[in-house]
Amino acid sequence: MFSTSIGRKIVMAVTGCCMLLFAIVHLLGNSSIFAGAVGLNSYAQHLHSLPLPIIMAFRAVMLGLFLVHVLYGIQLTIENRTATPTSYAVKVSRKTTFASENMIWTGLLLGAFIVYHLLHFTFRVTPGLTLVNDAAGHFNVFAMVASSFSSFAGAGLYAAAMVVLFLHLYHGIQSFFQTMGWNCDCIQPKITTAGMLVALVLLLGYVSIPLSIFFGILKG
Amino acid sequence: MSDHKTMTINLVVWRQKNANDPGKFENYTVKGITEHHSFLEMLDVLNEDLIKTGKLPVSFDHDCREGICGMCSQVVNGAPHGGQERTTVCQLHMRNFHDGDTIYIEPWRATAFPIVSDLVVDRTALDTIIQAGGYVSCHTGGIADGNAILIPKPAADEAMDAAECIGCGACVAGCPNSAAMLFTGAKVSQLALLPQGKAEAKARVKNMVEAMKECGFGNCTNHYECQASCPKGINVKFIARMNREYIKAQF
Ligand code: HEM
Ligand code: SF4
Ligand code: FES
Repeated sequence: MFSTSIGRKIVMAVTGCCMLLFAIVHLLGNSSIFAGAVGLNSYAQHLHSLPLPIIMAFRAVMLGLFLVHVLYGIQLTIENRTATPTSYAVKVSRKTTFASENMIWTGLLLGAFIVYHLLHFTFRVTPGLTLVNDAAGHFNVFAMVASSFSSFAGAGLYAAAMVVLFLHLYHGIQSFFQTMGWNCDCIQPKITTAGMLVALVLLLGYVSIPLSIFFGILKG
Repeated sequence: MSDHKTMTINLVVWRQKNANDPGKFENYTVKGITEHHSFLEMLDVLNEDLIKTGKLPVSFDHDCREGICGMCSQVVNGAPHGGQERTTVCQLHMRNFHDGDTIYIEPWRATAFPIVSDLVVDRTALDTIIQAGGYVSCHTGGIADGNAILIPKPAADEAMDAAECIGCGACVAGCPNSAAMLFTGAKVSQLALLPQGKAEAKARVKNMVEAMKECGFGNCTNHYECQASCPKGINVKFIARMNREYIKAQF
């Protein structure tokens, strides 16, 4: 099944969908920042107090999903380029969108962003981070996040990455339903609109965090 | 003939002697084209001019010239079959163009469709996909009674919609990935919808999908450009149905 075109597309769709579900849950968790420093810090502390095997198993699964999706995505794109050797001198596109034509590039940018994001907030090895403990002696996640998003470059990078995520999901969500075969002509336009709305909610939700810190709306 | 208004058309046509020739565009001017000329008749006029001046005519595929055989295959100004809804290039008429227009004519471009010469491509790959499972096996014998197998009307209608595919390959030509999913999806769906086709449905979808890959077609990324290119308006819902059939076939 994993050697054929449809089989591999299904694997991409399932792994993509799992990552989408993660992105939704991650946003819900992160929105605790709107309850101030206490909100985010207690959420982070709660996550870190989960048993280590659970955390590690979850990370391993996410890494697996990510690697499978990326490797198949790259292979798919290379195969598609070889299937179309010479391009037309004149070509009109009637259905393709900027998002659908650039899935590999938005995908690779997302991949780069995810690596940076992990080095930044998970492994905390990027320069310029405020790494302090709060009054209760726990690591102050809010201070770290606030220190990163107070600069234009810090907030801007995250905001730009979320636009890329929006583009990937704008095409990806409806593509998921088509690939899984859960589609027909009557619901296809609705799925496309719904997918766009979900992608938009994720964009606005995620972007609101760096922006509200940068513009001083959220002070902790 | 009531109208004497004629058009002069500038053509930029892909010329390629054979599969190994790199090929290039040639410019031509055709005069005396009326709005009643079909696109292929306009090319006939060009070819007569070329023959009269001792040049090699432009080769292009055609047969029925009435939109049902699936032979004609040209990308006209960047759109397979010229981009008019539900129209093969043989049914495209010159009334859609204006005096002095420049028209680009190119062959289907896909690795799976090697160029034979000029605008003629080898579409054997589509036959290979059909041979992999696009049929039903049955015992021959006396003709079965018309209503021996009852088929619900909605299923029959939908199978008929899928059966509209004339196998022209425009879906591949229009697809940015050169995928043959609309063609294969239509064939798989047509048979999967009918009781006669259900018996072999699992093996069929697996083998046809495998054949698509072996022929060198690309992978679908759901651009839906195929549906816009299809002269029969085959809907991408048949791709979704094939994906569903493929998942079912795994269990
Ligand atoms: C990290 C690097 C990534 C790369 C290189 C990548 C690449 C791709 C490619 C090439 C496609 C196929 C385009 C299509 O068939 O429509 C795709 C589809 C998809 N991606 Fe990604 N992607 C990446 C990350 C992500 C992430 C982080 C998510 C979710 C948050 C995601 C969600 C999806 C979804 C839902 C689909 C549609 C599934 C389908 O029908 O194929 N991707 N990706
Ligand atoms: S699906 Fe449409 S475009 Fe593709 S081969 Fe059939 S008739 Fe031609
Ligand atoms: S020549 Fe038969 S469909 Fe165009």
